[in-house]
Amino acid sequence: MKKYLTKRALVSVATLFVILLVLFILMDLMPGSPFNDEKLTADQLAVLYSKYGLDKPIIVRFFIYVKNMLTGDFGISYTINKNFAVSEMLKGRLSVSLMVGAMAMVVGTIFGLILGIASALNHNTWIDNLCSIIAVFGVSIPSYVCGLLLCYFLAYKLKLFPILFDRGRPFYSLVLPALALSVSPTANIARFTRSEMIDVLNSNFISLVQSKGVKDYKVIVKHALRNTLIPIVTVMGPLLAGLLTGSSVIEKIFGIPGIGNLMIQGIQFNDYNVTIACSFIYSIIYVVIMFVVDLLYGVIDPRIRITKEGA
Amino acid sequence: MSQIDVLDHEFEEDDFSFAHDADAKLVDKNFKATSYLKDVWSNFIKNKGAIIGFVIVVFFIFMAIFGPSFNAHTYKSIIKGHEYLTPRVPGLQKLGIFNGTYKGYNMYEGDLSNVFYWFGTDEQGRDIWTRVWSGTRVSLIIAFAAVIIDICIGMIYGMISGFFGGKVDMIMQRFAEILNGVPTLVVVTLLGLVLPAGMTSIIFALMITGWIPMERIARAQVLKVKEQEYVLASRTLGASNFKLIFSEILPNIFGQVIVTSMFSIPNAIFLEAYLSFLGLGVPQPMASLGSLVSDGYKSMTTFPHILLSPVIAMSVLMLAFNLFADGLRDAFDPKMLNK
Repeated sequence: MKKYLTKRALVSVATLFVILLVLFILMDLMPGSPFNDEKLTADQLAVLYSKYGLDKPIIVRFFIYVKNMLTGDFGISYTINKNFAVSEMLKGRLSVSLMVGAMAMVVGTIFGLILGIASALNHNTWIDNLCSIIAVFGVSIPSYVCGLLLCYFLAYKLKLFPILFDRGRPFYSLVLPALALSVSPTANIARFTRSEMIDVLNSNFISLVQSKGVKDYKVIVKHALRNTLIPIVTVMGPLLAGLLTGSSVIEKIFGIPGIGNLMIQGIQFNDYNVTIACSFIYSIIYVVIMFVVDLLYGVIDPRIRITKEGA
Repeated sequence: MSQIDVLDHEFEEDDFSFAHDADAKLVDKNFKATSYLKDVWSNFIKNKGAIIGFVIVVFFIFMAIFGPSFNAHTYKSIIKGHEYLTPRVPGLQKLGIFNGTYKGYNMYEGDLSNVFYWFGTDEQGRDIWTRVWSGTRVSLIIAFAAVIIDICIGMIYGMISGFFGGKVDMIMQRFAEILNGVPTLVVVTLLGLVLPAGMTSIIFALMITGWIPMERIARAQVLKVKEQEYVLASRTLGASNFKLIFSEILPNIFGQVIVTSMFSIPNAIFLEAYLSFLGLGVPQPMASLGSLVSDGYKSMTTFPHILLSPVIAMSVLMLAFNLFADGLRDAFDPKMLNK
């Protein structure tokens, strides 16, 4: 287990390093300059460049940059909030983004499990078919389409929820975005639960438990469900990671002051540091979740650990 | 002599009968042997959802090719005075639907009484019907191109990695693992920023991380297949590695590869739409389904019809691809059928 852990940790660190390198190079190649003012003369530009350290060779800049990133110093914003530290801009935003993601995940897990269990228990009946159809729809329809529909009908037509984020009622305004985001995890978890649970229900130990005369609900709750839940934990990780990084469009639609929204602003205003910082935070979240999931996977299913150690 | 007589005799079905009725139950039923592809086909056509999905996909491809030429408009022709018209369809207008009214007021009064826009027009007076179908065309081209490139890179990478194993596999897998740790949306976004706007850039951005799922499937399948006797037999007969990979292993894993690629098409359409939403999609006046949705979103509360048709088109298209891919997967893997 220790060997497996170190190896996974090394891969994660290497991934982070590659991400930093890629982010840095890409942003450097990006067209346009953070100082798009035509009134600036060449001398003034040179002063600005040296002030922000943009005149040093790219390798030096990269290492300074890595050091700063790892210490949580993302530099200052060039255009959105001039001379304002990016880390300050990020502060309130991370919690909002994480909150939407967490809400969506909770909703998605609950609905997904209900749908999946319902269809597995009523295998090959109309309930199963209905749940499967709902799941196919959920997998197919992009979250922002759901977001737009929810926004139009529930917020604009019926006025049940605010259309845009309302700072006075943060939880209430996050309901629709979280619902929109939860569609994909709901569908994925429902499909996975269904096929896992059908497998478990058809296995020999369930027949044994049944033949011992255990009551039906006990068979389901104590034996079938427990063994179904273990593999589901492993799909939740990638779903959560995709959800958190994929929420920027939803944040834009609903005007949520989260990281995704800031990243879109950074893209539009050509603000290097902001875009890099947001991408980096997304990447950290992603890498950490994938790392934790891999560890969980190793703990839950020893076969993974052993074959990976052997390789 | 009597032996020949027997051989010449044509047996009829009722030549023999059972001594006891109970014995009739013991007869085995025999089926003709079918080939693998025939099996796949018969499994596929039994699946209603898959057929529906397939028909819709074919319909969309047909409309993507011919739809824009159904009327005289092009995707960029702007007509002054025809802005924000709601849908009006000849024939249906008399039934009270699609009659070009907006909040009870007929938008087609006066000069426009003989004008019809099946899906209405957008904020610049462009025909949405034409734009939706040319947008479908662009989205499909991007998705297909990205997926074909993914197949080529991912399949070859995965097959080489799985086939040679050992150090080669180790290095190639670590590389893929590290790349996989980079969130796709971040990479796609940043590439969209750096590259000049256009279809090629979007395809390139989708390709960078898109091949990894394919690589995994291909590698896992190769690991399963490469120890089989027929591969060993071919190797003993002196086949080169190249021949082993492409003519022995490839045909046996191709089903899985096709299924995986069908699942990545809706994913590519989704990513393209995501880019459009960030403002990094195809340049105006070109349209893709994603850019139409993100344009229509701006006037969603005032003129919802601009948003409606691209949203429906995109959702139905993605649904159809998913149904089709589900059916294909079940058909290629009969174990899934009884689930």
